[in-house]
Amino acid sequence: MPHSFLPEPSRDAELPDSQGRFGEFGGRYVPETLVAALDQLEQEYVQAKQDPAFQQELDHLLKNFVGRPSPFYFAKRLTDHCGGAQIWLKREDLNHTGAHKINNTLGQALLTRRMGKTRVIAETGAGQHGVATATACAHFGIPCVVYMGEEDVRRQAPNVRAMRFMGAEICPVTSGSRTLRDAVNQAMRDWMATVEDTHYILGSVVGPHPFPLIVRDFQAVIGRETIQQSQAALGRLPDLVVACVGGGSNAGGMFYPFVATTDVELVGVEAGGRNSQPGNHAASLGLGKPGVLHGSFSYVLQDPDGQTEDVHSASAGLDYPGVGPEHSHWKAVDRVSYCSVTDQEALDAFQLMCTTEGILPALESSHAVAATLKLAAQRSPDEVVVICLSGRGDKDAAEIQRLIESG
Amino acid sequence: MSAIDEQFRKLRSAGQVAFMPFITAGDPDLNFTGDLLKALDTAGCSLIELGFPYSDPIADGPVIQESYTRALKQKVRVDDILKMVGRVSPTINTPLVAMVSYAIVFRHGIQPFLDHAKSAGISGLIVPDLPCDESDGLRALCDERNLSLVPLITPTTAPERVARILEHSRGFIYYVSIAGITGERTQLPAELADNLQNLRSQTSTPVCVGFGISQPDQASMLTDSADGVIVGSAIVRRIGELAHQDRNAAIQGVVDFSREMVSSLKKR
Repeated sequence: MPHSFLPEPSRDAELPDSQGRFGEFGGRYVPETLVAALDQLEQEYVQAKQDPAFQQELDHLLKNFVGRPSPFYFAKRLTDHCGGAQIWLKREDLNHTGAHKINNTLGQALLTRRMGKTRVIAETGAGQHGVATATACAHFGIPCVVYMGEEDVRRQAPNVRAMRFMGAEICPVTSGSRTLRDAVNQAMRDWMATVEDTHYILGSVVGPHPFPLIVRDFQAVIGRETIQQSQAALGRLPDLVVACVGGGSNAGGMFYPFVATTDVELVGVEAGGRNSQPGNHAASLGLGKPGVLHGSFSYVLQDPDGQTEDVHSASAGLDYPGVGPEHSHWKAVDRVSYCSVTDQEALDAFQLMCTTEGILPALESSHAVAATLKLAAQRSPDEVVVICLSGRGDKDAAEIQRLIESG
Repeated sequence: MSAIDEQFRKLRSAGQVAFMPFITAGDPDLNFTGDLLKALDTAGCSLIELGFPYSDPIADGPVIQESYTRALKQKVRVDDILKMVGRVSPTINTPLVAMVSYAIVFRHGIQPFLDHAKSAGISGLIVPDLPCDESDGLRALCDERNLSLVPLITPTTAPERVARILEHSRGFIYYVSIAGITGERTQLPAELADNLQNLRSQTSTPVCVGFGISQPDQASMLTDSADGVIVGSAIVRRIGELAHQDRNAAIQGVVDFSREMVSSLKKR
């Protein structure tokens, strides 16, 4: 298989359609002011996709700057502990900046340069996308402003420092719930006034068309490598692939190349938080309804009046009331099944991964680990389960310590 | 012909420019909003834009965001807003235009929302997060109910897109003066009058301008280039500053300001 960032053709390769729809989901629900910039981005991306020089430059960066391909690793002691199917890890945590986010920010930074735009803005929750954006911008010498909820600035101090070291300007957001959702709002407002010279590097497969498409394509390298590595190591594809879903970018990138292969089971894991009451979880697909948020039509956690609900997850990266439209489509056509695990289950899985494998996973990825433990235990040792280990957990260490101590 | 079309027909034959204040429903509470609507009805306003508070208004600056937050803290619901409108609208002559996110319309149920809004006495809708690519369905349902779905055009809208929007315009065109979010600005773009003239030369639909306009002398410079002027943040700010301590003074302040704006729009 050629090493290229472009997804292989698949049954769903034509999606989204020209209106940015994945089935009924997606589209563009944005103020008129942003439409021209979205059109420009779409055109530029379509051209870039067909430009071998663009692919070459991105491939070079992914290999030499990010360290791709990321390893495909057999978690032997975790498998023994679980006593069921073989558990393999796709190690996105070993990428430069410690998560999958860099796959997307480098691609979009290249698009920024192609469009001749001279400034980048981004939103961030836990700070992983902010760090990855600041890193890409430092690499290309593009000024970068990161919007981050005031609450998250406080909780994620190490990432805030890293972004500042990279030369990014951090704008704490004090409106609304002061978390990721408000950071997205504020980044969009900035973009409304600066569309002429600024590109908004959105960090997940959410937002108006063409963002869900572009971010998925840049992240699809995860799934493509997994297919290649699984063939090389095992001579076949896995039986089950599991990834955590907040906005859904690591899951989108992991699942997309598998979507056409219907005998590979795909499971997305949402944040179950404390319980299933409104305000205590972030399970948009499991407990939400189709609606409009941040420019696209998808599952969303809203009250009956259409106001966005507060959400909760111990993991700041999953603490988001919406989800990418393609996930909503995969749910609707029953191609991917979605479940959730609680904060406590994720914390337990975090500790188990640390002590059995010597790997400190991000709290986000720990959700995928927790779900896998349940699923793998019910399966035979002949079966193969792959977890997308989307990021490393150093950023979460202080918060996890606090949560463990508070019981 | 909706009440909005009728209003602009009258204004045109009288050679007048419309003044359209924007207020947030439920800031600081719905009784206040009802009283304010009645007071604005006597202040010479041509239309009133009623903002439905929304948790994630990405086109709005801090003043309107904060007013939405205040209203939502009071747990203002769509049903309560429309009930208030239904009570007040028979007592006033000024047509009401709802400014409402598609997130709210969709969740409420599109047809029930429109039916409810129509029977409460709303004459038109501005849905700021529903660009023309997504609006055909809603416009058809609005047409069936004689509600005007007002489109927005901005300085970043490409010419061929402008033509497409104009073709399907209803009520009036909301021309956004600048690329950016709502909020008072001391200076409007130098090319604004030209942009408005250019737009008006392409359509018979009235063209109203909003975003950034906060002072009577700014408005008076637009009398030759626009059919109407929309002012939001300058009014919402006055309400935010005063309403929690002295409701009557807040209403009087907005009425006085509106009268000033109306007289600044009289053609010399």
